[in-house]
Amino acid sequence: MLRRLSHRKSDQETVCGCMAGGAEQCTETGDGDSVIAISEAHFPAPFKEGLEYSSPARGIWNIVHTGMLIPESHQIFVCAEGCLRGVVLTAVEMNRMGRYSAIEVREQNVLTGGMEELMIDGVADVLGKLPYRPRAVLIFINCQHFFLAYDQDFVFDSLKKRFPDIDFVDCYMIPTLRKSGITPDQKMRMQMYELIRPQPFCENLINIIGTNRKVFADSEIYSIAESGGRQIVQIHDCSTYDEYQNMACAPLNIFVEPLAKNSAERLKERLGQQYMYLPTVFGYDRLDENYRKLAEYCGVKAPDTAPLRGEADAALDEAAELIGDTPIAVDYSFTFEILSFTRLLIEHGFNVREIYADGFAAEEEEDFRWLKENHPDILLSSCVRPQKRFADRHRDRKYLALGQKAAYFTGTDYFVNVVEGAGDEGLYYGYKGIVRIAELMREAFETPKDMKKLVQRKGRGCESLV
Amino acid sequence: MKQVAALVSTYSSDEFGICSALYELGGMVVMHDASGCNSTYTTHDEPRWYDMDSMIYISAISEMEAIMGDDEKLIRDVTETALELKPEFIALVGAPIPYMIGTDFAAVADIIEQNTGIACFGFEANGMQHYTRGVSMALEAVVSRFAVKGKTESTSGSSASAQEEAGRRKTVVNIIGATPLDFSLNGSMDSIKQWLSENGFEPGASIAMGCSLSDVAQAGEADLNLVVSYGGLAAARLLEKRFGTPYAVGIPMGTAFSEHLAGRLREAAAQHRSLTGYMDVSASGGIWIAAAGESVYQASLAAAAAMEQGISIRVLCPLDTDESLMRPGDMITPEEDDIMEAVRQNGCAGFIADPMYRPLCPDDVEFYELPHEAFSGRIYDSVNPNLINRPLAESFNDFRK
Repeated sequence: MLRRLSHRKSDQETVCGCMAGGAEQCTETGDGDSVIAISEAHFPAPFKEGLEYSSPARGIWNIVHTGMLIPESHQIFVCAEGCLRGVVLTAVEMNRMGRYSAIEVREQNVLTGGMEELMIDGVADVLGKLPYRPRAVLIFINCQHFFLAYDQDFVFDSLKKRFPDIDFVDCYMIPTLRKSGITPDQKMRMQMYELIRPQPFCENLINIIGTNRKVFADSEIYSIAESGGRQIVQIHDCSTYDEYQNMACAPLNIFVEPLAKNSAERLKERLGQQYMYLPTVFGYDRLDENYRKLAEYCGVKAPDTAPLRGEADAALDEAAELIGDTPIAVDYSFTFEILSFTRLLIEHGFNVREIYADGFAAEEEEDFRWLKENHPDILLSSCVRPQKRFADRHRDRKYLALGQKAAYFTGTDYFVNVVEGAGDEGLYYGYKGIVRIAELMREAFETPKDMKKLVQRKGRGCESLV
Repeated sequence: MKQVAALVSTYSSDEFGICSALYELGGMVVMHDASGCNSTYTTHDEPRWYDMDSMIYISAISEMEAIMGDDEKLIRDVTETALELKPEFIALVGAPIPYMIGTDFAAVADIIEQNTGIACFGFEANGMQHYTRGVSMALEAVVSRFAVKGKTESTSGSSASAQEEAGRRKTVVNIIGATPLDFSLNGSMDSIKQWLSENGFEPGASIAMGCSLSDVAQAGEADLNLVVSYGGLAAARLLEKRFGTPYAVGIPMGTAFSEHLAGRLREAAAQHRSLTGYMDVSASGGIWIAAAGESVYQASLAAAAAMEQGISIRVLCPLDTDESLMRPGDMITPEEDDIMEAVRQNGCAGFIADPMYRPLCPDDVEFYELPHEAFSGRIYDSVNPNLINRPLAESFNDFRK
């Protein structure tokens, strides 16, 4: 029997191939049940692995939401009925059913094969029935295909020959891989740019790639780029397939989320675009380092961030004065480096009491140790352990939650509805992002929201029919 | 083309049917799946998820566990959690990947039952069948395992006093096959119970909405079973075989058909004979309306429309059903193309279906929206009508207009 390293040890999760029969258990998983003081917690995975619960907080994007960012594209999922159910209703709820179709894998396909024929004829049938002609088709296969050893090259080559006016790209709904190799989220961020064909570079363009939400307009990223005569382009700016193709013209891709690293590497290999990782962080020194790198690329002097730091500090202090010692809960879906953010809050006097997360990225280890040493009584709570089904979701006093899962588990209507670092205006990046989050904290503290309704909507920032 | 849904939604699958059927019974249900099944079911197919606790989990099977067939981890994780949470029973539910690797759920369930002393079911679902089959296999299994006691001596004996008491006692009627996938949470179940009471029956267990495992355990003590979906048929047949309890199929929609169905229930109870309550109701005429969805639901609607408005409705059933549930003229339509073809037939003047079916409706055919949770999920919850025992023209539509 294989034993594995626990998930979320790093962005690239590791499989340890020790065989049973005398092999040591290569686990770094903690033994906490579902709630544990951070002083007792293991890094990076504080909790046991096992059966998993799924809370009703649904704001995180999935592969359907992400794929819909490609303009003039159509999605076709080739899966079992049970797997299709979640994706079709994602498309329905985001009011994009017209850009979605399905080919259903049934028992006979598993038992007798014929997957290639099913896919080629099925895609042709779909395209014949659609009331419009998509420029690109995203074909999603699933875990079953990996066990069927079907000939993917044959399928895609055939489709490209049959429909030369349409671009096809292979996409993956492969949850069995979420704890090993390239995860489905990472893979989707790769495939969503795979259709882009090489073009001559325009030196004044810089892409930001791999974010589900557009970086919000006030971020310093834009002003630094502009000061060097550069224009930032994101997939969210592209309203046509041709504009999406023009992302090939940027000689540099910035990515701000760790999930996009493979995407950046692939684009470098395929299109020759260089890349730069400017992580979404909350430590001021790390932010300055991001801006120094960007400024250097743009050929301009690094910005003096003292005024920006002052603005962020003032906004946080103002929020802290209002919120006082009200207990705060945060969760991993709020932003990619939740411990960096937690530390920022604590350093500005906020009373963070609970962190909801089942694992942490490798980059967070320093913040984890800082919290462990300086605030050992902060509670870490799992979001997926089976006991969480019966967790007490009532608090005796007012709580402020940052993130949907924290709001759900603490049962508070006072929460900041930010998912993956983004609220209504987009991804809150940089000092201005911190200022905006501080403002949102004040608003959330003073004005309750309909938490039950809001957290159950899928894909924060997408249209929702729910 | 078969297996293609170019324009419409996809029905809920067998795994979710099992979860839905078992949701309120106090068990621990574990879908043997990597991820996605749990959030899909609890987001789209389970309107009780936010407000009613139930132990629905996934095993979080990984690629390597699948490749190596690591059943030990599943057994260990389920055993450990069950010993801590002490469910009334455990249900293991298959999914596409366990189907591919041939997981022996019966054997795994046996081991877990031995480990925990808790009844454990192994359901051979695979995510490639409809929810109707899942509901059916789950209800049949729990009834088979737990409903082992029939009518008590005092009510079933042959002595004069027993017969006298039985004569005074109201006929107890279980409702079998109820899940939110077919009935949403729009008050339909309460309305059916009220209708039973108004017609002199005593509502028994409502399997499995508003129902506990002890209610299921007493199911054999009822006089009659009312089957309200295909998913309840196998359990009703089992109770008939085990205890001789007859069943009647149908849902009391509209007013005239509700009255008619009450009569058929009395007939079934008196004659000790199972029957399909809408089979003797029809409307004639060259013009008809198609109704796509679950067979018992749509056939009951057809009976209500026929009796109340003289309208002929033909059922298009894309789901599992049984010959005994389909009326002459009803059609099995498993594919999108089948439905598209059916609603283009001569004489078809209207199409009743979930709103997600609208793209298949020709321009010259009237489309009547009737949300079905098992097809469109939660988005129409607030407008999903309760059609039970009330005039169709008020609760749904007047097709004569």
